[in-house]
Parts: sequence; structure tokens; C-alpha cells
Amino acid sequence: MSLLEIRNLHAKVEGREILRGLDLTINPGEVHSIMGPNGSGKSTLAGVLTGREAYEVTDGQILFQGQDIGDLSPDERAVAGIFLAFQYPVEIPGVSTTQFLKAAVNAHRKARGQKDIDAVEFLKLVRDKMKMLQMKDDLLKRAVNEGFSGGEKKRHEIFQMALLEPKLAVLDETDSGLDIDALRIVSEGVNALRDGKRSFLVITHYQRLLNYIVPDFVHVLVNGRIVKSGPKDLALELEAKGYGWLEQEIGEPIASA
Amino acid sequence: MPTLTAPTTTEPFLAHLGRVPAGPAWLTEIRQRGLARYRQLGLPTIRDEEWRYTRIDAIARGSFEPAPAKPASIAGGAKALDPHDLGLTGPRLVFVNGRFSPELSRIGQLPKGVAVGGLGAAIAVNHSIVREHLGQYLDISHDAFGALNLAFLEDGGFVHVPADVKLDQPVHLLYVSTPGSKAGVCHPHNLVVIEAGAKATVVEDYLSLGEDTNFSNAVTELVVGDEADVEHYLIERESERSLNVSTLRIQQGKSSKFASHSVLMGGQLVRNNVHPVLAGQGAWSLLNGLYLVTGQAHVDNHMRVEHVAAHCDSRQFYRGILSDQASSIFSGRIKVHRGAQKTDAKQNSSNLLLSDDAQANTKPQLEIYADDVKCTHGATVGQLDPEGMFYLQSRGIDAVTARGLLIRAFAGESLDRMGHEALRAELEKRFLERLPLGDA
Ligand SMILES: Nc1ncnc2c1ncn2[C@@H]1O[C@H](COP(=O)(O)OP(=O)(O)OP(=O)(O)O)[C@@H](O)[C@H]1O
Ligand SMILES: [Mg+2]
Repeated sequence: MSLLEIRNLHAKVEGREILRGLDLTINPGEVHSIMGPNGSGKSTLAGVLTGREAYEVTDGQILFQGQDIGDLSPDERAVAGIFLAFQYPVEIPGVSTTQFLKAAVNAHRKARGQKDIDAVEFLKLVRDKMKMLQMKDDLLKRAVNEGFSGGEKKRHEIFQMALLEPKLAVLDETDSGLDIDALRIVSEGVNALRDGKRSFLVITHYQRLLNYIVPDFVHVLVNGRIVKSGPKDLALELEAKGYGWLEQEIGEPIASA
Repeated sequence: MPTLTAPTTTEPFLAHLGRVPAGPAWLTEIRQRGLARYRQLGLPTIRDEEWRYTRIDAIARGSFEPAPAKPASIAGGAKALDPHDLGLTGPRLVFVNGRFSPELSRIGQLPKGVAVGGLGAAIAVNHSIVREHLGQYLDISHDAFGALNLAFLEDGGFVHVPADVKLDQPVHLLYVSTPGSKAGVCHPHNLVVIEAGAKATVVEDYLSLGEDTNFSNAVTELVVGDEADVEHYLIERESERSLNVSTLRIQQGKSSKFASHSVLMGGQLVRNNVHPVLAGQGAWSLLNGLYLVTGQAHVDNHMRVEHVAAHCDSRQFYRGILSDQASSIFSGRIKVHRGAQKTDAKQNSSNLLLSDDAQANTKPQLEIYADDVKCTHGATVGQLDPEGMFYLQSRGIDAVTARGLLIRAFAGESLDRMGHEALRAELEKRFLERLPLGDA
């Protein structure tokens, strides 16, 4: 059974149709990459997958492990195993990162019927994952994402992914804002979680990330639809040629934000 | 004498309150002063600038019964108070329907020279501190409720800490109202005199046993001597039908440090007057408030900060959380008197609305008669950040827990300013328990 199956997905934001019949199937252990022009609907897809309220699904289906998740709330989808590394992580003043991480870990444990994590075990878990991503301890004491640098925010997203061990991780432009070293560290973090069962949907504008996180498939999202799919070399072709050449192939002008 | 302009409710309302008690001549003078002023003013209405956002119909229309002279016993005795215990281990004065109850109270060991007890008893012995200070600070010129408090003044808490004495444990003044056939009314009056260089914490706490209506019309006169350091907590956790009007009047000496923390989480109609007068140079005053208003309740925080001496700092920080059809008004008046140069006065009011029907108003008022001063004010009204909610939920945290985290973060700023750690933790717990978090 495929892990994720998206069929003919249509979604609106503020009355405007952004996703216009999107199909995508991801099997366990696969890494898929989505590329596409600004405003083509990549983050919208990520939002619809994770149950963001602003998006209204008007047609189609999302099956996760064979179950239609259309009616699940964002937290139910999360504990079911879907994780989103945000393009723009949200700052939450007044909520300490430690408190937040503990709540997230405990929510996942609760869904598995386990009791709350004990303080020592939690600290050890957090320390291990922080080390892997070479993060500074003091971030834990600060409010969630508040005053984090762009790179720290992105690293924090991948750190949370490592902590929560999802079945499907959607990385929305995790590479943007990372310096060269950080890109390598974060990619290593992602690769460490590639265990043959966990799947990834990597949204990016740059082929460079895909040198580190090598995808099994590359898809091109244009005007709310996947218009072309191919092996990892497709990313190189896009990098070289841009998106314009696809207009002919899809037979409509490419809207770009 | 009733004046021609006094509203028609003036005398009928007075009739509910019983007889002005008899006492020593010096006290009769205070009571009569209060009575006469009340008769001139009558009950306020929304035409009164100081009451523009607050209708007191629930009080004016109320049918009250004055509490009996002897403190009522409470069902279950002292044990009945255990669930409401705040974990404070110092002196605890318990008042039942406004009357001091020695049986339910404990004083314990106090440093030499410190007096803690019922004001009624201190009046009975003509205590010199009481005679010197009682009724001397409260400004009733435009305050009908304050005037009534003086007119019916009989009991309350009395705390006196002599110069340079540090009182480690907070003094807990616990006002308990008991269920009754008719709504009770009482006029507690607390007198707290902390002399120069001394240190103390006073916790004024209103609690109802049962769900009945009652009306507390309280006044606290608090004298903070030169270089003294005082913290005052007001905790309103009465039933959702309770009516509570309280005035905290603080007289601050030079280089004194004072903090007021109001934690309001009960009542149907709550008016919280806080009126510090920074009378000595270099005084510092913090007015910190946190309020939760639910159902159709209304909370009115009415600050009046008077800078009389130069080089004083005042800070007003009030944060409100409102749900359902609740409403609130924060009115912060800063008056900088002539000569109060180098005044630094800040004010901020923030509100979090949990429903579309809740309403929070803010009214800053600056009256400045000195030229070299710094006064700032700011106000915000917002709702729970949907982006924040989504972020938390996207990590598996359910909606109820997520809302709790965000509201707690909002309240945290107020809670963090409270000096007594154990009390703060206890108040945080009790405050969070009352939050309406809705469904997942
Ligand atoms: N909450 C929203 N309200 C209004 N419009 C929205 C909202 N979210 C997305 N859109 C619009 O939907 C379109 C697709 O946006 P989306 O964020 O999915 O693009 P994207 O492919 O992720 O672009 P980028 O590469 O710039 O991140 C854009 O035109 C955007 O303005
Ligand atoms: Mg995007």
C-alpha cells in the first residue's frame, strides 16, 4: 500500500482555486521532490496535507496509509505521522521551546497509548537530536522561534522532525536561508532519518539541495498541477532551462507570483 | 442632607445597608463624613465620567441584607477552607461576611512590634496607629462607594509593621462570603501601615462558599513608609454572581517600593480601583493586573496614579482575557502634579478576546502639570494567533492544549512580575483552571 495517495486534489484559498487537479503517490521509503515557480501552489499543497484551516478542499482525496484524512484536524494528522517543516516557521512568544517540544512529544506518546515522557528521558532525547543538528542548547530556554535567525529556525524544524519521527515529512524550502555548512548539517540530519520506510516530500527551488538529499522522483508543479515527473536528473534540467519551456508541453501560460 | 441632584436611588439603596454603627467620637466623625458624602453623590451612573463603561444596575437594584454583627460560622469549619488554601503559611485573618473570625484565623509568631489582627478589635482599644491613619487617605470626594465604606466601617484587617522590620511571610486577609437566603453586603476596611525601611506582603483575597450573590464594598488604605518595600495582592475569586467594588489607596514615602498585583477571576461585576500617591521622591510603583472575564461578567480596572513628588517611577501593566459576552474596561489615569519633575510613568493594557462577542475597552488619561516628564501608554486587543495555533497543532498538540499554551503565554507576562514565587505558582494554577478552553 502506498503511504500517501493524492487523487485529483482541488483546493481554494480565499475563493481562488490554487490546486487544480493534483495527483501524487508516495510509497514508503521514497523521497519525492517538488519544484515549481513561485506561487504555483507548493506551500498550498503542504498546507492542505497538514490540515491548515485557510484551505478549502473542493474536490479530490488525500489518502494516508489508505485512510481518507480529509476530516482530520492538524493535530490528528500530525500524530498519524505527517510532519511539515514550515517554509516560514511561526514565532510563539511566551511559550518556551522546551515546554513546546515536551507537549509535542507527549501528544505523540498519548496517541500511541504511552504515558508522558519523564524529565530525564526527555532531556536525553533532546540533547541527542540537538547534537546531531549541531544546535545551541540555549535555544531551548527561549520562546519558540522567537528571535531565532533564519537558519536557526530551519534547523529547529528539522530538529523537531527528528524528535517526532514522522512517517511522512514534508520539507517546504528547508534549504532557503541556510548557509553552506548548515545545508550540509541539515541534509545529514534528514538522511539519517532515511531508513527505507520513512518518506519525504522535499519542496525546493534549488537543485543543490538534491545533491545532498537525493530524490527518487522529481515533480514539477505548475498552475496547481503536477505537469511533469521524472528521475533526479529532471532537477538538473530545470536548473539549466527554467520553467518556460514547459509552457508548450502543458499548453497554457505559466502563472508566477 | 440629600441634594436636589442626587439620584432617586440614593436613599432606598442606603436603607438596604442597615444603620450606621455607633462608636467612639473620632470614628463617628469619619462615618458621618462618609454618609454625608454619599448622600451628596448618590450612586454613580454611566453619565458619570468615572463610570462611563460600567453599569452598576446589579448593585443599585440589589436587595441586600447587612451581615450580622457576629461572624457567622461556616459549614464544616476551617476544613471548608482547605480546598481554597493558597499554600501560605504565615498569618491568616479570616473574615466571614466581612466580620473577623478569630476561630478561623491564625496569627502565629510575629516579629517584635508587629501587629496583625481585626480592625474592629484595634478600634475597640483606640489603637494609636489606627487613630492616626484610618480614613486619612481615601479620597471620597467623587467616590460614593468609598463614602459608603467609611459610613459603615466596622471591621477589616489591621497590619502594622514598625520601622526596619521585615515580615517574611505574607499576611493573608481572606474574605469569605457564605450562602444565605438574602444577598449579603459588607464593607471591609483594611488598614496596613508599613513604616520606614520595613518590608511586607499583604494578600487580600475574596472567596465565596456557594454560588450566591453578595456585595463586597472594600477599601484598603496602605501606607508605605520611606524606603519601605511592600507587595499587595488582590485576588477576586468569588462566585459568578458576586459584586465586588474595591479600592486600594496607597500612600508612598520617599524611595519606597510598592507593587500591586490584581488577579481577578471571579464575580459578575468587579470594580478594581487602585490609587497610589507617590508622595516621596524616588518612589517606585507597579500596578500589575491579570483578569479573566467569562459569561456576561464585567470587570472595571480603574487606575489613578498620582505623581506628587519628583523622580518617581510608575508602571501599569494590565492584561485581560475575555470570553463569551464578557466585557472590561481598563482606565488608567496618570496625574503628574506640578513639581513632580523627572516623572517616568508607563502604562500598558493588553487584551485577548476568545470570542467575537467579548469586548475590551481601554481609556488612558494623562494629566500633566510638570514639564520634564516621561509618560507613555499603549494598548492592544487581539485574538489567539491562528498561525501559532496551527503551528502547535501541526506538532500533534490538540486544540485545547494549544489554546492553553497560548493563553498561558499571554498571562505569563503578568504572572512573572509577581514577587512571591510560591503564591505566583498557586495563582497561575488556579487561574489556568478557570480558563475556558473550549472543545478539541
Ligand atoms: N492564506 C492565503 N491567502 C491568500 N492567498 C494565498 C494564501 N495562501 C496562498 N495564497 C496564494 O496562493 C498561491 C499559491 O501560494 P503558495 O504559497 O502555495 O505558492 P508556492 O508555490 O509555495 O510559492 P513559493 O515558491 O513562492 O513559496 C499564491 O498566489 C498565494 O498568494
Ligand atoms: Mg511556498
